[in-house]
Amino acid sequence: MSTTLVYLDSPSLAQGSEPGKADRELLAIAASRGDVVVAVPAELPEAATAALGAYGATAVVVPDAPLEDQLVAPHAAFVAAAAQDAGADLVLLSNTGEGREIAARAGIRLSAGVVTDVVAVGPDKTFTKSVLAGAYTAESRATTGIAVATVKPNSVEPAERGSGTAGLRAISVPQAGPAARIESTEEKPLSGRPSLDDARIVVAGGRGVEGDFAAVEQLADVLGAAVAASRAATDAGWIEHSYQVGQTGKTVSPQLYIAAGISGAVQHKAGMQTAQTIVAINSDPDAPIFEIADFGIVGDLGEILPQAAAEIQRRRA
Amino acid sequence: MSDATPLNVLVLVKYVPDAQFDRRLDPGTHRVERTDSILSELDEYAVEAALQLVEAHGGVKAGHRVTVLTMGPDGAGSAIKKTLQMGATEGVHLCDDALAGSDAAATSLALAAAVRHLGGFDLILTGMASTDAETSLVPSQLAERLGLPQLTLVSEIALEGREVTARRDGDTRTQRLRAPLPALVSVTDQFDEPRYPNFKGIIGAKKKKTHTLTLAELGLSAEEVGATGSWTEVVSSAARPARTAGTVITDQGDAGARLADFLADQKLL
Ligand SMILES: Cc1cc2nc3c(=O)[nH]c(=O)nc-3n(C[C@H](O)[C@H](O)[C@H](O)COP(=O)(O)OP(=O)(O)OC[C@H]3O[C@@H](n4cnc5c(N)ncnc54)[C@H](O)[C@@H]3O)c2cc1C
Ligand SMILES: Cc1cc2nc3c(=O)[nH]c(=O)nc-3n(C[C@H](O)[C@H](O)[C@H](O)COP(=O)(O)OP(=O)(O)OC[C@H]3O[C@@H](n4cnc5c(N)ncnc54)[C@H](O)[C@@H]3O)c2cc1C
Repeated sequence: MSTTLVYLDSPSLAQGSEPGKADRELLAIAASRGDVVVAVPAELPEAATAALGAYGATAVVVPDAPLEDQLVAPHAAFVAAAAQDAGADLVLLSNTGEGREIAARAGIRLSAGVVTDVVAVGPDKTFTKSVLAGAYTAESRATTGIAVATVKPNSVEPAERGSGTAGLRAISVPQAGPAARIESTEEKPLSGRPSLDDARIVVAGGRGVEGDFAAVEQLADVLGAAVAASRAATDAGWIEHSYQVGQTGKTVSPQLYIAAGISGAVQHKAGMQTAQTIVAINSDPDAPIFEIADFGIVGDLGEILPQAAAEIQRRRA
Repeated sequence: MSDATPLNVLVLVKYVPDAQFDRRLDPGTHRVERTDSILSELDEYAVEAALQLVEAHGGVKAGHRVTVLTMGPDGAGSAIKKTLQMGATEGVHLCDDALAGSDAAATSLALAAAVRHLGGFDLILTGMASTDAETSLVPSQLAERLGLPQLTLVSEIALEGREVTARRDGDTRTQRLRAPLPALVSVTDQFDEPRYPNFKGIIGAKKKKTHTLTLAELGLSAEEVGATGSWTEVVSSAARPARTAGTVITDQGDAGARLADFLADQKLL
C-alpha cells in the first residue's frame, strides 16, 4: 500500500461544498494506489472533511495556523510538510499555474522530481504526458523516492461518492522563506457556461468574428458548450484572456472543438489538436486549420453559426 | 528607485527549437532534437519588461544593467545576441556538455549557482514557460533555491523605491503583488509586445560582451547536473499519429444545416 498526498485548494471546499470534478479525478488516481491523504491550505468546515472522506480520503491535513497571504511559498512549505507527515511517496496537484508553482517548490523542499502536464499515472509511478504541442506522448518517472506530479483535468474518471470517512489533522508549517505579499485579489465573474477545462464541447472564435462573439456564444449555448478564443481575439480585447486556447492559454481535449474564424496557427493548434473531433469554419479555403479538421466549411461564420444554432434547436424541438 | 542606485537586472532566456518547424524527440534519448533553434519567443517578453523598467528610470545611461543569462549548447549564443540587439547590456552563456539532459531540478540548480556566482542582482526576470518543454517549473524552483520572493505569471510590473509590484492574472482571479528587492519575476505574453532589434541595436550589439561560464567555475560537478543530477527521467516516447484533413465543403447557403447533420452523425448533438 502506498500513500498519496493530494493537494486541493478550491474555495468551494473551504465553504463546505463537495470537491469539484478535477479534484475528484486526483482523488481517484490516489485511491487506485492506496491511502489518500488530502492537504487543504485553509481551515475546513466539518461538512468538507466529511465529503472528502466520502470521496475516498483516508485523512485530511490542514495547517495549524492560517497561511500568510503570500504567493505560493507558504503553500509549498505546507505541501512538503504534509507529504512528510503522511509518509507519502506521491504528491498530486492540479496542473494549473499555481499548482505547478507549488509543485515546483515542494519538489525542491522534498528533493523530489516533478512531472507536469500528466494525463495518466501508471503503476510504479510512470507518468504519461503529451509533449511538443501534442506531437508526442512521453512516459516519465521520478528517480527520487517521492514523486510530485501535476495532473490535467479530464484525464481519468472522477472518484464517486462512497461511505468512507476521514479524520482531520492540523500540522505545523515550517518557515517558507521570503515571499511576495498578495495585496488584493479580484475574482473574475463566472460566465454561467461550462468551464473550458471540463467542457465536452468547445466553440471558439478568432479574428474572423470581427469583435462580435454573439454568434459563437449562441451556438455554444445551444450545444451546452464552453466558449473559447484565439489570441488574436483576446489580444483585441473582444473577450477575456482566460478564454484563450493555445500555447499560452488553455490546452483542451474536448469531444468536439468548433473553430470559427481561426486560421490555425501552430500556437493555437497546440491547445486544441488533441480534441476528438474538430470542426473548422473559415472563409479562406487555404486556412491551415482545415488540415486538422474532421469537418471543414469554407464560408462566412456570420451566416453559418446562426443557421447551425437554429437548425440544431429546430431538430431538438 | 532613485537614479543614484543603478538597477541590476538579470533576464533568464532559453534557446529552443523553433516551433514553426517540425520538432522531434530523439527516439534513443527522448530529448528534443536540436534543429533550427532560436531564442524562446516567450522570453522576449521578459527582456522587454527588463528594458522598460530600466528605461523608466533613466535607461542604461544612468548606469542600469540588463544582463542576459542562458544555459544551453554552443549555438545558444545566438539567443543572447538577439537580446543584446534588443537592448540588453551584456550576456552570460553557461555552457558545458555535462548540462545536457538536465531536468527542471538540475537546470534550476545550475542557474541558481550561476546567479550566486554573478551576484548582486536586484531583479531576476524569466519567461512564463519555455516553448519546448513548457513545464514553467524553473522560475519557482529558482526562487525556492535562492530564497527570493516570486512574483510569477505577471502582466504588469513596476518599481516603487526598493519594492517591486506586479499584476498576476489567473484563470479565475487577478492579484496585486508586492515584494522587496531582490525578487524573481516571471512575465507572461500579456505584457507589452517585445520590440524588434532596430539598426542601431544591431550595430550596438557588436560591441557588447558575452561571457562564458563553465560548471567548474560555479563549483558544480558533472554528476550534480545533466541526466545523473536530474530527479526525473523520460522512459519512453512515441510520436502521435498526425491529424489528417477530413471533409471540407463550401457553403452553398445550407452549411449550417450540414454542420448539424455532421454533428448528428457523430452523435455529438
Ligand atoms: C509566443 C506566442 C504565443 C502564442 N500563443 C497563442 C495562443 O495561446 N493561442 C492562440 O490562439 N494564438 C497564440 N499565438 C498567436 C498565433 O500565432 C496567431 O497569431 C493567432 O492564433 C491568430 O489568431 P486567429 O486565427 O484568430 O487570427 P488570424 O490568423 O488572423 O485568422 C483569422 C481567420 O479568420 C478567417 N475569417 C475572417 N473573416 C471570417 C468570416 N467572416 N468567416 C469565417 N472566417 C473568417 C480568416 O480567413 C482567417 O483564417 C501566439 C503567438 C506567439 C508568438
Ligand atoms: C518534452 C519534455 C518534457 C519535459 N518534462 C519535464 C518535467 O515534467 N519535469 C522536469 O523536471 N523536466 C522536464 N523536462 C526537462 C526540461 O526541459 C528541462 O528541465 C529544462 O531545462 C527546463 O524546463 P523548461 O524547459 O520546462 O523551462 P520552464 O520552466 O518552462 O522555463 C521557464 C523560464 O525559465 C527560464 N529558463 C528555463 N530554462 C532555462 C535555461 N536553460 N537557461 C536560462 N533560462 C532558462 C526561462 O526564462 C524560461 O522562460 C522535459 C523536457 C522535455 C523535452
